[in-house]
Amino acid sequence: MNPSVLAAEAGDTTARTLTITLFLIFVAITLAITVWASRQTKTATDFYAGGRSFSGFQNGMAIGGDYMSAASFLGIAGLIALYGYDGFLYSIGFLVAWLVALLLVAELLRNSGKYTMADVLAFRMRQRPVRTAAAVSTITVSIFYLIAQMVGAGALVALLLGIRPGTTFLGMDADAAKVATIILVGALMIIYVTVGGMKGTTYVQIVKAFLLMSGAALMTVLVLAKFNFNLSSLLGAASDASGKGEAFLQPGLYYGKDVAGDATQTFYNKVDLFSLGIALVLGTAGLPHILIRFYTVPTARAARKSVLWAIGIIGTFYLFTLALGFGAAALVGGDAIREQNAAGNTAAPQLAEALGVDFLGGDTGGAVLLAVIAAVAFATILAVVAGLTLASSSSLAHDFYANVIKKGETSEKQEVNVARIAAFAIGAVSIVLALFAQSLNVAFLVALAFAVAASGNLPAILYSLFWKRFNTSGATWAIYGGLVAAVVLVFFSPVVSGTETSMFKNSDWQWFPLSNPGIISIPFGFLCGWIGTLLSKESDEQKYAELEVRSLTGAGAH
Amino acid sequence: MTTDTPAPAASASEERYVAVQQSEDFSRLRKTLRGFIFPMTVAFFLWYALYVILSAYARGFMDTKVVGHINVALVFGLLQFVSTFLIAWLYSRFASRQVDPLADKIAHELSEKGDAE
Repeated sequence: MNPSVLAAEAGDTTARTLTITLFLIFVAITLAITVWASRQTKTATDFYAGGRSFSGFQNGMAIGGDYMSAASFLGIAGLIALYGYDGFLYSIGFLVAWLVALLLVAELLRNSGKYTMADVLAFRMRQRPVRTAAAVSTITVSIFYLIAQMVGAGALVALLLGIRPGTTFLGMDADAAKVATIILVGALMIIYVTVGGMKGTTYVQIVKAFLLMSGAALMTVLVLAKFNFNLSSLLGAASDASGKGEAFLQPGLYYGKDVAGDATQTFYNKVDLFSLGIALVLGTAGLPHILIRFYTVPTARAARKSVLWAIGIIGTFYLFTLALGFGAAALVGGDAIREQNAAGNTAAPQLAEALGVDFLGGDTGGAVLLAVIAAVAFATILAVVAGLTLASSSSLAHDFYANVIKKGETSEKQEVNVARIAAFAIGAVSIVLALFAQSLNVAFLVALAFAVAASGNLPAILYSLFWKRFNTSGATWAIYGGLVAAVVLVFFSPVVSGTETSMFKNSDWQWFPLSNPGIISIPFGFLCGWIGTLLSKESDEQKYAELEVRSLTGAGAH
Repeated sequence: MTTDTPAPAASASEERYVAVQQSEDFSRLRKTLRGFIFPMTVAFFLWYALYVILSAYARGFMDTKVVGHINVALVFGLLQFVSTFLIAWLYSRFASRQVDPLADKIAHELSEKGDAE
């Protein structure tokens, strides 16, 4: 073995030990918070909504922690590092989306709901059909998102801990480490939610948001310092190193690709880009795990403040990822990134290592910064999966158990117990599904979750809040129509079968040409809600008067 | 579907809500709020759609260099950040000046009436 390999392995061990130590510190701190939070959690409001006692800033941080997933941090940085401008284009939809939440949803939902999305949808409707539909949609969206995050965590662990093919760690090879990680992530999220409820989960998300923003800010400053704070020279160095020249700084390397000589495919690619864009922008305000965060503050005004903070935090974060992505392209290089992970997910950690070597004194510095960023990435995944588990278990307990099965006749204590059991069950199911899906390409599940939220949940929410005539039939039509349209179209799309990068690459039942169903399924969801409404005579003007007055003025808010 | 919880018969409190909904103050509140949020939603959505469509179809324009390696596409993308921050700030200012006082007044009157009963 030559000395440089030995040195690299020594660096690996340092980084690995440090990553694990830092990660264990994070886990220890968050578990301590969880236990503390469990002592403060006595009522259903405490469990579902953290006692509605968080400030606008705290909730803004928690929203950031809930929203900025590993897909944002590692995924977008990697996309920019490998494909340049298009990664940035992708991040913008995630930010603009918050205006829908701010202007149309957050405050009205906070004023008129209690614990779940369905509280608003079912406000003036027949409880059982609407709450059942909302629970189905909430659990579907959350499980899609959960599986994507957990499979992502499994795929990352070997990379972040530097377990290469043929080497082992604690007696585990890369595959065993993957399985262990998925189970560990699942177990921790179950503990956070069942023990700490919304309070515990919120603090985990706040701590994570703080760590993620600090880590990303530090790396951004180092990258910019490397280029004398001149954005143009960073971009120039990135495009030079990418081997793609100026095209690296222009749209079109990843999304909406021009296929020479194939006008049809070019057309589909461009429509697909637009379809993805609208699903991102309209999906955020229909994601159940985001919506329930608005209940954790005392008033609609605090909900507004939390979205304002969230926009500031999330926007700043995506600006950081711009520097990180181009920084990784310039300083690490596309080839070195692809060698570690073809999708570019290790671009940010690899950049951290390169920056550490430069600024913090050689290989040890590199190992230290790599370890810090890797630990931050794990913290990121944990906070997001906890939020998702909480949202789906809340809906299962509050919507389905308490209001559908028990028809509203259950005690708070029983309901919270059911929520805890539901969190355990959903966590267990997600672990099993993630283990089965771990060798499949499931990255599309995040986009699918956004598409379902935009096609089913958002039409139902907007009609509920703003359309007097809307009724039970309309709500169930919108939710099921949008949900089924999005899922069916994706099932027959190239992301599931028929191409080299499909989930099932050896089968082919694909006929829908777009990877993103939004452009069809979102109008379809709105249309279903409209037709469903007109097909039923039901209309409760008095209840709508109550909903409208309460949602706009905050009178009678929980 | 016979087991559905029926909507309870209109109570005094529900009639109060109907009265408030039909009051002049409330229609002003609704009109003020919708007058801002609906046009603004259409505006930012079209502005974002324009950006995505230009990224897909007007590549020649997007690839134009502005200064150094900074091109129109990057400037346009950064402008989406600026417009998002700006709209958020405008809304917050609008809401606290135009909406909140009116909403508070109506909620206050409603709770006073409730206490009187």
